[in-house]
Amino acid sequence: MKAIPKDSRLRYHCQLRQSVEERHADTHPLTWRLREDGARVGYQEYCAKEGYQGAMLSLKECTPDDVINTMKQANVRGRGGAGFSAGVKWGLTQAGGNLPRGYLICNADEMEPGTFKDRLLMEQQPHLLIEGMIIAGYANRSRYGYIFLRGEYVEAAHALALAIEEARQAGLLGNDIAGSGFDFDIAVHTGAGRYICGEETALINSLEGKRANPRAKPPFPGQSGAWGKPTVVNNVETLCNVPSVMQRGADWYQGLSGGLTEDGGTKLYGVSGLVQRPGLWELPIGTSGREIIERAGGMRQGHTLKAWLPGGGSTGFLLPEHLELPMDFDTIGNHGSRMGTGLIAVVSQRQSLLSLLRNLEQFFARESCGWCTPCRDGLPWTVKLLLALERGEGKPGDIEILEQHTKDLGSGLTFCAHAPGAMMPLETALKHFRGEFEAGVAQPTLAGVS
Amino acid sequence: MSQTPMSPSSAKNVIVTDGFQLHEDDRSAMLTQRDHYEQPQAACIEALKIVQRRHGWVPDGAIVAIAETLGIGAGEVEGVATFYSLIFRQPVGRHVILLCDSSSCFLTGYEPLSLALSERIGIRFGQTTADGRFTLLPVCCLGACDRGPAMMIGDDTFGPIGVDDLDELLEAYQ
Repeated sequence: MKAIPKDSRLRYHCQLRQSVEERHADTHPLTWRLREDGARVGYQEYCAKEGYQGAMLSLKECTPDDVINTMKQANVRGRGGAGFSAGVKWGLTQAGGNLPRGYLICNADEMEPGTFKDRLLMEQQPHLLIEGMIIAGYANRSRYGYIFLRGEYVEAAHALALAIEEARQAGLLGNDIAGSGFDFDIAVHTGAGRYICGEETALINSLEGKRANPRAKPPFPGQSGAWGKPTVVNNVETLCNVPSVMQRGADWYQGLSGGLTEDGGTKLYGVSGLVQRPGLWELPIGTSGREIIERAGGMRQGHTLKAWLPGGGSTGFLLPEHLELPMDFDTIGNHGSRMGTGLIAVVSQRQSLLSLLRNLEQFFARESCGWCTPCRDGLPWTVKLLLALERGEGKPGDIEILEQHTKDLGSGLTFCAHAPGAMMPLETALKHFRGEFEAGVAQPTLAGVS
Repeated sequence: MSQTPMSPSSAKNVIVTDGFQLHEDDRSAMLTQRDHYEQPQAACIEALKIVQRRHGWVPDGAIVAIAETLGIGAGEVEGVATFYSLIFRQPVGRHVILLCDSSSCFLTGYEPLSLALSERIGIRFGQTTADGRFTLLPVCCLGACDRGPAMMIGDDTFGPIGVDDLDELLEAYQ
């Protein structure tokens, strides 16, 4: 028996593909502190690099409402994929007044196919997330914070546990944080699998120790979430944006995108698939798909781009002609897809789109929680039809049934966004690559006629 | 299904099912977890994982033991245990292989890798080798898409894994 060495090429290590020279405090708020060697940035180093300044400023010089207003002005939009304004979401926890103190939950259940950004932030720089949570907890008057971390992220769990302890020792978590009178602490809650846990209300059920079925909205979690208390659920990357917004201000944050888009800030973009150098980069939000894929060195030798998913399995296929579009929430949304998580997956001309789509729908069918019928029954049906088409055994009418599914499983007809998300790649594949479907319909033969 | 929490005194009369007895350390670890949340049920996923860390899987008797420890219904615990993919309700091998079958790995060689792996260890998804060495399971996107195809063996994450790497990799897990 020969153990796999720590430095074996077989082991996975997440790594940003930007050198330290390229990253600066005022242009790369998410990653400028990351080390060239990819080792975890500890408490001392984090503090030496302006760490916890945003939190100190918020707790000592701002009221919770000031923080919420700054977040609204900066227009920090949710980096988990939905793009909802974090400031508006935070405002809900106090709407109506007289609500009890509730919970802040960091959604660290990163499982969207093709997405590998939150892992980097947690493994290499856990203090940035903790600082963001302290500020968010303060703004929302949360009494406690949970990091809902997927169970497979073993290294992230380790890094977060160390960092939480370091922060506690430094008086940044616990009672009366840094003499501000604000009490707040954080626990890591590790999950036990299932993609649906990333859905906001399913996540709350899972945190409560229940099956991860989504809840009906309203009430929205901001008013009644975990154990009926006001609850804010924010993605890891969203929360990591908060400290620099509070430290440097909303105008600076807005300016980061340099006029590429109306959205502010930077974004962790990435590319996977058959490109030369798959990886992750922090770039101004609104950077075009072309520039991001060029960062990855373009397609591998012998491959040309056929289609791309802009930000995960639940986003629609885009074509090479869409590469010039700024990757922001509204623009991509206006072109039949969604930016989603912003991590691009490329499809080569030499790869079957139908097979990839079948793989995606198998994923969604398996990960349906089974709570509502369109999703539970509809997704396996699409898989069955796609498998038949892939084998060239489709029947006349199959394509029309798939089209009907994109309507029957669409937005508003299911309990949560799982099935509508699953329909995005199907709907766009039918639109852009109908020929591949038609080629899968078996031609009538004389078989059976004797 | 009964929703009535059991009275604390019932913990003294733990029903031993299939010879399962909850280890005292595990019981206290569960009670510590319970205090992290507003209600005890929230600790049940962690409680299942605590049992699994010791036994490798969750035997029937553990369901009842967890329910009594946390003061919740056994049906609730079973409902949770059967929902989550990383909670095992039947015995698994010494090493659980989680092979990522999501889109980025699919685009970078999942299918040939999956076939080769199945052939090498002689089992399909959901099965355990006769010698109890490996269990093979599919898993949602492992977040290692820049180095696909990826997999986990136990707590270790690997990628990119080519068919030719399998011997070296599997050799390390006896």
